Amino acid sequence: MDLKDKLLSSFLAFENNVDLNSPVHDVRSEAIKNFETKGFPSKKEEAWKYTSLNNLQKIDFSVFPKQETVLDYKEIKKYFLHEIDTYKIVFVDGVYSSYLSETTHDGVDVCLMSAALTKPQYRQVIDVYFNKVASKDESLTTLNTAFSREGAFIYIPKNKVPKKPIQILHLATGNEAALMLQPRNLVIAEENAEVQVIERHQSLTGNEVLTNSVTEIFAAQDAIVDYYKVQNDLDTASLIDNTYIAQKDRSVVRVHTFSFGGKLTRNNLNYYQNGERIDSTLKGVTILGDKQHVDHHTLVHHAQPNCESHQDYKGVFGDRSTGVFNGKIIVDKIAQKTNAFQQNNNVIISDKATVNTKPQLEIFADDVKCSHGCTIGQLDEDAMFYLQSRGIPKKEARALLMYAFANNVLESVRIPELKARINALIAKKLGVRVGFEL
Amino acid sequence: MAYTEEELKKELETKEYEYGFYTDIESETFPKGLSEEIVIAISKKKEEPEWMTEWRLEAFRVWQQMEEPEWANVTYKKPDFQDISYYSAPNKKPKYESLDEVDPELLATFEKLGISLEEQKKLAGVAVDIVMDSVSVATTFKKTLAEKGIIFCSISEAIQEHPELVKKYIGSVVPQKDNFYAALNSAVFSDGSFCYIPKGVRCPMELSTYFRINQAGTGQFERTLVIADEGSYVSYLEGCTAPSRDENQLHAAVVELIALDDAEIKYSTVQNWFPGDKEGKGGVFNFVTKRGLCEKNAKISWTQVETGSAVTWKYPSCVLKGDNSIGEFYSIAVTNNFQQADTGTKMVHLGKNTKSTIISKGISAGQSQNSYRGLVQVNSRAENARNFSQCDSLLMGNRCGAHTFPYIEAKNKTAQIEHEATTSKIGEDQIFYCNQRGIDTEKAIALIVNGFSKEVLNKLPMEFAVEAQKLLEISLEGSVG
Repeated sequence: MDLKDKLLSSFLAFENNVDLNSPVHDVRSEAIKNFETKGFPSKKEEAWKYTSLNNLQKIDFSVFPKQETVLDYKEIKKYFLHEIDTYKIVFVDGVYSSYLSETTHDGVDVCLMSAALTKPQYRQVIDVYFNKVASKDESLTTLNTAFSREGAFIYIPKNKVPKKPIQILHLATGNEAALMLQPRNLVIAEENAEVQVIERHQSLTGNEVLTNSVTEIFAAQDAIVDYYKVQNDLDTASLIDNTYIAQKDRSVVRVHTFSFGGKLTRNNLNYYQNGERIDSTLKGVTILGDKQHVDHHTLVHHAQPNCESHQDYKGVFGDRSTGVFNGKIIVDKIAQKTNAFQQNNNVIISDKATVNTKPQLEIFADDVKCSHGCTIGQLDEDAMFYLQSRGIPKKEARALLMYAFANNVLESVRIPELKARINALIAKKLGVRVGFEL
Repeated sequence: MAYTEEELKKELETKEYEYGFYTDIESETFPKGLSEEIVIAISKKKEEPEWMTEWRLEAFRVWQQMEEPEWANVTYKKPDFQDISYYSAPNKKPKYESLDEVDPELLATFEKLGISLEEQKKLAGVAVDIVMDSVSVATTFKKTLAEKGIIFCSISEAIQEHPELVKKYIGSVVPQKDNFYAALNSAVFSDGSFCYIPKGVRCPMELSTYFRINQAGTGQFERTLVIADEGSYVSYLEGCTAPSRDENQLHAAVVELIALDDAEIKYSTVQNWFPGDKEGKGGVFNFVTKRGLCEKNAKISWTQVETGSAVTWKYPSCVLKGDNSIGEFYSIAVTNNFQQADTGTKMVHLGKNTKSTIISKGISAGQSQNSYRGLVQVNSRAENARNFSQCDSLLMGNRCGAHTFPYIEAKNKTAQIEHEATTSKIGEDQIFYCNQRGIDTEKAIALIVNGFSKEVLNKLPMEFAVEAQKLLEISLEGSVG
């Protein structure tokens, strides 16, 4: 039985398990219908031209984990940003682990999707926001919608700021030979609210894991959302990360994606600007080796005047890794005075690595400033020579240059401890200790 | 005289296609529709050898299995391929040695177009292979060229007289099954140009063909094959104007360039087919496959100025097969009213130390859509490949659109690829600056557009550059609101 059939048949069992009277029931049934018609995307589709899911579909994933596992905090401490105090929402094999987590309802809601979907006090919020910006058409998103039950739910009311950043951690223990996870997150920042979220998916053993995650982010007027995605998983873990962001007037949403590992990572990052003077920032650092594959697929839809978007993706590709960047900017007719910038720079450091990039502009307004730039190249030989002539060994010199290359993406990271952590990760990835912090 | 914007707009909207006239020349036209019989009939009509008929039929069979591509960023009513007549040739077709023998009516047509053969012969030094509804009716300067060993004739003549060259190279760069329209063209092409430059010869003049679509309801399927043998050089021009028509005309041409070791081909196009009226009615569908193959140290340079056609779908490409080969693409695409253009290039780097340059300028006005679609591909063996791409778009008014779809695929670590794109409009301050100095708005726009497209215009041969500059002005006058 292929994965699609398996998912379709397990949907019936899933439905019986959850509350059939829940308001999301119709949404789920609608979504599964769409997935049934569309199936998994194939390379024939333009959006999936460079990423194939064929091999993943051959694996016999179990859709529901059979047993719960208790993990010791010590074992997994390193996956947390433990240097600072944070709220934590931790899932082990897709099941919430209250023992490892720290949630709150004090002024702000940092809790579970399952609670939000079932408890009456959240009914109104769910009605207004759930599945409102996520695509009802894209097959993998609707697959997630159909199975949406668990994930993080973050609600920041007007003028509130949570005391500390929020960490979402998904752990896979490898109890199943192959496990498919479908977390669903909802982040809402009401007017003038502010929130910082760090999300990470981590597999703990060499067993196959496929995560098809959907995150919806809503930023109301003047809200500020910082979202950090840390992707440094094992070579048996695949991640399809769909993020949908709806912004209103003067809001700021910044998403940073750090891709350092995983077998196949696909990031679908979609911004919809539904107001004026919005700032959208999308940044990413990708450093790959082995046979890893990362596909960044971004969309920024400028639908109102006077907005800005800034995209900056850097990639370093070694061994047999492949990197894809597909960035689309749409500027509607009425979105005059839009400033949209996009930058994608890649360095290939091995003979077998491949980079495919497609920066794309679709512009319907005339009074705009839009640009995209994209490069594929190597490290500057003159710079290498300069460093070497000053006694810096070749390896360090190379790492130093790549470090500098990737580093300006980190400038906008607003949690210093996270910045340090990412810096360390980059240094480790490049196989060098630089011995200082940039 | 100072125009107000409103007046300007009005004048432009009412400005009819200047070259919209229709010459009634008795011509022989096949019944509408496409079948194996028609393909065979076309081949027979042209007295082609059997291998050619077979080649056409092979293409036709492949075409039947294919579907029309839909990926381009254009929308149009698909042509009904059974409602087109696939062959039409001016009836009187003996070959002329001098202009006096040419049908006077035909000559009058050319005069209206401003292409006086006489003048061109004397002044421009251009050998013209005029294609009037598919069959070459006049070829000048053939003798001069023959002395150098250069073959410049219609493709049907080449099939007759130089079958070994045609057989060897036709379909070698654009195979029959390359794409839907290339397959269609391979099956039914009626005529086109053939050019062969022998080893080490530098072609002494610019070769040029003027294409015209004349007969109502006949699509034109031109086939051009240019072969530059080792160490040779040729500059080839292609320019087009077409009469105004209500019904959509289909044009699916195939151009193949082959540059052998150390050869250089410069191919320039000015395309000004009927773009449809201001309501977007009518106009030519232009679905063209152009591709060049570069062997060692060879260079192919495409330059194009696209101002006409209702729908354009065109990607002049270079396959950089040999080491140290160079591909260049310079393009200006102007769309106005309801025109749609999806154009760009493909640079496929296969050999070592290959270089490519892409400069694309898109100008959209009215309610038109202008897309750049390009591919830069560096294969794993293409050491030290270098590419520079620049796509700039200029938008006039807020009802048009500019799009870029650049694909960049690198499989080699020594590749250096740069791509930049910008989108902007003509600034009010720029216009104000010109106005202040006594230049009226219309002229100012022409000036700015000219500056914007300078990089590409400079690449055109002299004769064309002047024509192209005029075309830009005509196509864009008053479109700033």
